[in-house]
This record gives sequence, structure tokens and C-alpha cells, in this order.
Amino acid sequence: MKNKIMEADAAVAKIADGASIMVGGFMACGTPEILIDALVRRNVKNLTIICNDAGVPGRGVGKLISNGQVKTLIASHVGLNPEVAERMNTTNEEEKLECILVPQGTLAERVRAGGAGLGGFLTPTGVGTIVAEGKQVINMNGRDYLLEEPIRADVAFIRGSVTDTFGNTIYNATTRTFNPMMATAADYVIVGTCEIVEVGQLDPNHVVTSGIFVDAIVGGEVQWQI
Amino acid sequence: MADLKERIARRVALELHDGDVVNLGIGLPTMVANFLPEGVDIVLQSENGIMGMGCEATSPDVDIINAGAQYVTINPGAQYFDSSTSFGIIRGGHVDATVLGALEVDREGNLANWIIPGKMVPGMGGAMDLVVGAKKVIIAMLHTQKGSHKILEKCTLPLTAVKVVDMIITEMAVMEVTPEGLLLKEVHPDYSVQDVKDATGCKIMVSEDLKEMIQ
Repeated sequence: MKNKIMEADAAVAKIADGASIMVGGFMACGTPEILIDALVRRNVKNLTIICNDAGVPGRGVGKLISNGQVKTLIASHVGLNPEVAERMNTTNEEEKLECILVPQGTLAERVRAGGAGLGGFLTPTGVGTIVAEGKQVINMNGRDYLLEEPIRADVAFIRGSVTDTFGNTIYNATTRTFNPMMATAADYVIVGTCEIVEVGQLDPNHVVTSGIFVDAIVGGEVQWQI
Repeated sequence: MADLKERIARRVALELHDGDVVNLGIGLPTMVANFLPEGVDIVLQSENGIMGMGCEATSPDVDIINAGAQYVTINPGAQYFDSSTSFGIIRGGHVDATVLGALEVDREGNLANWIIPGKMVPGMGGAMDLVVGAKKVIIAMLHTQKGSHKILEKCTLPLTAVKVVDMIITEMAVMEVTPEGLLLKEVHPDYSVQDVKDATGCKIMVSEDLKEMIQ
């Protein structure tokens, strides 16, 4: 079996300037900080980050934003990270952040569709709002829906609670969020996990993400300290 | 002010039924769970992936947060799920009621609560999905923004969704959105019908069965 276990810096070494990266988690709960920190050290720029939100300063994708590595952020909510508004409005082109806001359910489903081989899906969310601008409206059985497209990325940062050496992963509590869908929707999938166990030690009934999706496993992720 | 918000939360709580699946927004709506009538147990959904959420945690487990990023508890019988499943639950009509605040709401039930262009751009989060998917949408808010109207003929801010609001509950009144416009059902004893009309930026109809706001 291919050895997928590596150090964080090695796992992010192939990420280039301009890459698109999906980052799991919700307000940084369920975001692999160990991978974010390695990406900050690698200091690649002009990234497109796809994440539920902007984290907070000093936590989650907030660290990448503070370090000026993010060119485009695709998220549903950025209100708890004041640095986003500053960088959206700055006149300094180097630091400028473009923010594309997507309804949370639509973002989750776009990622799922990206990993599930779907060409798009119809959602009632956003009909009659600015979210509908430029999108096809399709009437099905008397109700209007927006045609939303799938989304994929070059890389996904997944945060596991327990992962076996094949990559099978379990998520604790609300760390799950976008992680399972993102693990299916990127070309190169890295799991930053709290605990690595041998194959056979996880109950297959509890495995959420199959190891077939996982390219690299990085141990040493720790629970957030309050 | 805190008293007014509590008054609103107490009144909203009376709209919830035993066994309802409910998603409460951040702030005032969260308070609703504290005022449920005796014998009414609801199942709280949190869009980041909980069915059966409890209350704010005193000794937090850092892996359990609500959609406002507060540490919370879960109740016996709870379940965790991913965001795609969570919004399947929401859009699929499996949430009986959602309670949210508003920047503006109008007589057709249109809602604006996610952006003030050029000023406040926090993003819609899960609000657009929630108001489209929940069976009942209750807006819980102060009647005016420091005297300026929030309940309007037509929303001026970018919409969260079209014709989704079922009910507006404020410190002054309880109103229902009907196909003919807003119907005033209850008025708080501190105010007259005229006070409510003055504080509302559109025409309202007064119910033949107008009641004192239930506390």
C-alpha cells in the first residue's frame, strides 16, 4: 500500500502560486491548522480559497488572508473576520481581496456536485435576488429554480479527528461541516488529522470519508485551545 | 432594550409546537429557546451540522459549535452531519420554523437581512436557504431602527428572498403576511393601533379579531 503519511511541509510542497484550494471547517472549527500553517510558511500567493467563511484573524483561512496569500475567496460568510472588508476595499492592488459570496447550502451542494460527477443542480435558493444574476432560471413543476454549477479545486485541506493509514477518516462533532464533500472534489487531497491509526482499527460503520479520496495524511493536528 | 427583546422572544416562543424542528438565528432569535411553554419540546437544528442542539456550553468541548461560532451542548438523541446534508434538511422542507432578524421586510413578505451595499457585507451565510426552505419564517425584531421604518411597502436593500416571510413579531405587535398584505393580529398594551401604523412604512390591515399581544 502506498505510504500517504508525510510532514505538513512536504504535503503542501507541490502547491503552486495561483492554486485553488478548498478548506474544510466552519468558523475554523474543522479546519486543519497544521496544513494552513505549512501553507503560510510556503508563502505561495494569488490563491483562490473555497471555504464556508473567512475564519477569524489568527485562525483558519484568516491566517492566509492576513499573510496576503489569498486573491479570491469563495465563501458564504465573511462577517466575523474584519480583515476581509479592509482587504476588499483597499486601494493597494497587491493586497486586494476579491470575495465571491455564495449561499451556504448552494456552496455545499456545488462542492458535492463537483465531487459527484454532476453537471449542476437546481435550487430555489437565491431566486429573485442578486445571487440569480447571470444564472439560468428554470421552472420545474411551477416553481422557479436557479441552475448552479459544480465547483472543484486543485487541492483540498481536510481536517480529520481519526484517520487510518489508508486515509479513512472520522470527524468528531461539528468539525465535519464541508470536509466530506471537499475530500471528493479536488485533484490532490490532504488530511490533517489529530490521530493516525492502523488500517483495520476504524469501525467501517463510522468511517465518513473513504481513503480512496485521500492522497496525503499529516498527523499532529491538535484540538483548538481556548 | 433587553426587556423589549425578551418580550419579542417570549411571544415568538408561543408560535412553536411540541416536536417542531426549529432553526434559530443569531442574537435575539437564539433567546426564543429560553421561553418555550411548559410541555413544548422542540428539536433545534444548527446549520453547521447538528440536529438536537442544547444550549451554550459552560465547560466547552471545542469540537462542538453552533452557527454563531459559540460553544454549545447537544441533547440526548442528537445527530451530527455534514453541511450538504444539513442544507438538504433545510431546503427539503424538514425544518418546521426558522426565526431570524431583518434589516427590512415588506408587505409582500420579501426579506432583506444580509447586506447593506458599501457598508456592511457580511455575506448571507445560510439565511437564503433557510427562509426558502423552512415551512414557517418568523421575523423577530425591533419594530423600527431607531425610529426609521424597517417594515416597508417594498424593500430597498438587496433581498435575501422573495415572498417568504409568514409572520413579523416586534415589541409593538404581531403581524401576519397575507396575500392582501400585512394583517395586524395583536398589539402590545403599551401601544395603540395608530402607534403601530405610524411605526410601519406601509399600509396595514387590522384584524377583526385584534387581540392584546400575548405574553
